[in-house]
Amino acid sequence: MNLPVEQKRTFLERIYLVEIVKGLAITLRHALHNLFKQDFETFEYPDVRKEMPERYKGAHRLTTRPDGRVKCVACMCCAQVCPAKCITIEAGELDDDPIEKYPVEFQIDMLRCIYCGFCVEACPKDAIRMDTGIYEINAFTRQDMIHDKAYMTDLMAGKKPLAESFYRAHQDAAPPGYDLEEDRVLPVDEPRGL
Amino acid sequence: MESHWTEVIVALIKCVFSLAFVMQIVPVLIWAERKFSAYIQDRPGPNRAHIMGIRAGGLVHTLVDVVKLVVKEDIIPDHVEKKFWFAAPVIAMSCALTTFTVVPWGDRFVVPASITAWWGGEGPLTVPLQVATINSGMLFILAIGSLSVYGVMLAGWSSNNKFSLLGGLRASAQMVSYELAMGLSVATMFMLYGTTELDKVAAQQAGPIWNWGLFGVLDADGFDPLLFVGWIVGGLAFIMFWTSVFAETNRMPFDLPEGEAELVAGYHVEYSSLRFALFFMAEYAHMIVGSAVTATLFFGGYNIPFLPGDSIRAHADTIVTVLGFGAVPVFIAFAVIAWNRRKRPFYQALAPDDIRHREPRFFAAFWSVLAIAHLGLGVAGLTGAVGSTALGPELLAFILQTSSLVIKVLIGTFFMIWVRWTIPRFRYDQLMNLGWRAMLPLALGNVFLAGIWVIFREAVQA
Repeated sequence: MNLPVEQKRTFLERIYLVEIVKGLAITLRHALHNLFKQDFETFEYPDVRKEMPERYKGAHRLTTRPDGRVKCVACMCCAQVCPAKCITIEAGELDDDPIEKYPVEFQIDMLRCIYCGFCVEACPKDAIRMDTGIYEINAFTRQDMIHDKAYMTDLMAGKKPLAESFYRAHQDAAPPGYDLEEDRVLPVDEPRGL
Repeated sequence: MESHWTEVIVALIKCVFSLAFVMQIVPVLIWAERKFSAYIQDRPGPNRAHIMGIRAGGLVHTLVDVVKLVVKEDIIPDHVEKKFWFAAPVIAMSCALTTFTVVPWGDRFVVPASITAWWGGEGPLTVPLQVATINSGMLFILAIGSLSVYGVMLAGWSSNNKFSLLGGLRASAQMVSYELAMGLSVATMFMLYGTTELDKVAAQQAGPIWNWGLFGVLDADGFDPLLFVGWIVGGLAFIMFWTSVFAETNRMPFDLPEGEAELVAGYHVEYSSLRFALFFMAEYAHMIVGSAVTATLFFGGYNIPFLPGDSIRAHADTIVTVLGFGAVPVFIAFAVIAWNRRKRPFYQALAPDDIRHREPRFFAAFWSVLAIAHLGLGVAGLTGAVGSTALGPELLAFILQTSSLVIKVLIGTFFMIWVRWTIPRFRYDQLMNLGWRAMLPLALGNVFLAGIWVIFREAVQA
């Protein structure tokens, strides 16, 4: 058997006892500090939640127009760029609207998603975002892990998206044309209040 | 009608007590292991499970753990050697529990004649507080302790799994190696005590603190400079015995049998549900028994320093008064601390209707009730209600001496837990080097030293 070469150690180190007592002192110091101060770095998770940073990539949501319809025009850019191939879009046509296409169904398989954020970057219409700050993405069945259009549209009902507070705090960082009230970027040629 | 039935019933009660003694400490240890390790690693540890909103610092987790282990599916793999596989956890657990039978937890309990008259006994009945008063005492512990390796070995072999087999092999090699040092350090102590009976060993350590085995058993009436020579023999024996206890219990620096990095879980990898729980509890029972034996051999056993059993009985009222009134401010302080805990950020962050807001109130009430109870105890001591009865002083001596042993056991096991979360595991060759090339010669030398010391001590005392 090839044993590792023993390091040169002093006599005190070789009888272990002194070194063990030193180690015990360190651990006891930590234990006593935590016993009396109780200032842990950890969060009491379900009761106390961590403030996520503004640019944290959480669960996806579909942004909406002021009239409530999704902004998505079913251009398939996100589905195309997705490295995990987890986005499924079924496109449909609108007759009475300048927008030609809209997604009849928009599904993301969260079990396959790798949270790379490429879909958000690829989207030409700012229709999909990951600014929800939701990190508890879980379900009891595989089927429930597929987020659909309705779910992703309602996801932020009554909640503030992370980016909104970010843009409020740093208005100069907001993209050109970003409207705080409507929480979206207004295109130059698009009339307001569509 | 003093019959053997009395003895049988007394023996049964003692059996149940000694079983309960060990089994009651186990959950506390599991809790201590979790909480203390968490504090060492700068995290809060178990704090979720609660009963009616009372979390008790994570103690409830241990209860939940028991429920989990009981209701879990008991998987019996097809490839195991059934007979031995079933027997192994039973052997491990029963060996751990059996060893406790010879450890005394008090000097004696005299049942007064007024009570023995209930079943027609004649006169007071003196009960030795030890399940088995056998003259081999410590040898019995060594013998049964060695048997416990069969539990580990059989589990490892009968699982028909290479990881368990390696774990079992390591366990047996390790136990055999360290049993030598353990036996020799025990032999040293018996040369000092002149007996192997643990009740006599404990009785010899009554009185001042320098009568403890750790100091070489001087039997001196007062402080003597010679004590420092006894330190060497007693201290060396203690260090070696204590190290061997670690090895025998398969605790941290010596837990190669279950080295999870390379052996998954070692010898109990195929066990689940209550069978695993038996191994788990056996480890803790071993810790308790190891600490109890160490306390008995080196730290005065059930004796309270400077307060032998007879003085407890003689001054029962004074002791009750001092303890009763002395405990009151302590418990009041605890109550105040518990009540002030409601201001902690954690409780502030909780929803107002959260059930856990009861916690500070509950513990404030709990400690207050204890304070009032001890106030009553102090008053009872003042009025002389304890010493005047026949049973009072006996009960007091029993409670105090048993608590003394419990405290010593808890300190010992706490130290084991502390060591576990401090130092890393030995490599196998380091383990064998330490056992055979360091501990064995040292232990042999210590036996020689002890011989000189015993002769010297007799010459001085004569």
